Amino acid sequence: MSNEIMSELRKDYIYNLMIKGEREDGRKFDEYREITIDTNVIEKAEGSARVKLGDTHLVVGVKIQTGTPFPDTPDQGVIITNLELIPLASPVFESGPPREDAIELARVVDRGIRESESIDLSKLCITPGEKVWMVFIDVHVLDDGGNIMDAASLGAIAALMTAKLPAQRFGVGEDTPVPMRDVPVAVTAVEIGGTIMLDPSLNEQSIAGTKLTVISNQDGGLSGMQKSGVLPLTTEQINYIVDISIEKAKELREKFLEI
Amino acid sequence: MVKPEKLIENGIRLDGRKPDEIRPIKIKVGVLNRADGSCYFEFGGNKVIAAVYGPREVHPRHMQKSNSAVVRYRYNMASFSVEDRKRPGPDRRSIEVSKVSREALEPVIFQEYFPRSAIDIFVEVLQADAGTRTAGINAASIALADAGIPMKSLVSACAVGKVDDTLVLDLNKDEDNYGQADMPIAMTPDGNITLLQMDGHLTREEFKEGLEMAKKGCLMIAEMQRAALLEKYSSLIEGEVNE
Repeated sequence: MSNEIMSELRKDYIYNLMIKGEREDGRKFDEYREITIDTNVIEKAEGSARVKLGDTHLVVGVKIQTGTPFPDTPDQGVIITNLELIPLASPVFESGPPREDAIELARVVDRGIRESESIDLSKLCITPGEKVWMVFIDVHVLDDGGNIMDAASLGAIAALMTAKLPAQRFGVGEDTPVPMRDVPVAVTAVEIGGTIMLDPSLNEQSIAGTKLTVISNQDGGLSGMQKSGVLPLTTEQINYIVDISIEKAKELREKFLEI
Repeated sequence: MVKPEKLIENGIRLDGRKPDEIRPIKIKVGVLNRADGSCYFEFGGNKVIAAVYGPREVHPRHMQKSNSAVVRYRYNMASFSVEDRKRPGPDRRSIEVSKVSREALEPVIFQEYFPRSAIDIFVEVLQADAGTRTAGINAASIALADAGIPMKSLVSACAVGKVDDTLVLDLNKDEDNYGQADMPIAMTPDGNITLLQMDGHLTREEFKEGLEMAKKGCLMIAEMQRAALLEKYSSLIEGEVNE
């Protein structure tokens, strides 16, 4: 109950700021919070990244091992993305199997990497039909400060870009980098009282009716989108979000994900 | 099944449709006795059935909301609905589909009319042929109306995609499997988008054009949904007038 009252108060506060053209932390509507990405933070993982996006803090670990391919794609490697909202990260997260929010986040992160074809899956084949590389991307959220989606997506691609195929350990040749050919970046916007804001903070996210995540590639094309939340968006709002997301993704890619 | 060489030939798709044509739709309203509202919806090869129960008591109790109803949506695929038997029960895909489908319908339901109660929507996919989530939303929207749940409008859903570098409306299975992009959307007849997902590869321009195309598809479906409801209920209304 106290949560409901707090959320109503917060809603008023953020809404009133919005009318004045402001956000609670002084950012512009299309401005991200401070981002830091450190790679290779977990030695045991084949690739890893720690991402801080404002108060949001998470670690992505990439583990790679050999396995059998799926019968319908015998000459392609496998990517599996998982994300957990563990109770350490927020008072509202509970232990147990992933729920719909965590599953949705994981699937959208996965969609960005898979649909942009950023990993050349055919180069992950060792013996067609028998042995391929399986790439496990695990996102561990440590502190939920809002917009886990973009932080997880940045972390996943940053971890993959530094990851190595552990060929030596599995006795199939020399270690090589994971074959990457694109850098998808997710940009999430929320709509509050008719205003579009990028990179929602926890408070903004909790009062926003709807989020839209747009994942774009190096060539400015789109490889994934997900609307999440119970309020509708108009075509104009969607087109506006797509446009600024592509620009913002370019900026983030140049700043944090240059090879 | 191997990838067909061409998915579009001379502007005509493999199943004979033009790029902006949707598959045949068949709708039956009120097909289940026990449910408060129901709908059977065929969308090309998709056969789905939606049932609505409620407003009714919320179990478990802690899920109830003091100021509005909770809407729950369960999308489930029958094990025999696809080529290779699907393991029964919810998987990660169906949990995500359930979530976004629920969010596609929630904006039109007057949830505040029914505090402390639940509106349960169950969608069973009996046969899947690309576009099951859109078929499910179309069916559920009609079932909600059939259950007498107060709604601001119907919701209609349709996918748009890209095959052979051409935007096409309402992908069929081959186009879904071998196409370049898939973008399901749902919207209200006044143009509010309540579901938007996309995967594959689209340029910014293709996206904008695709969105307009999908909206046209949704409007066509909205007409059919309305007609199906009128068919069931107009005779009742006329009956009352005659007496």
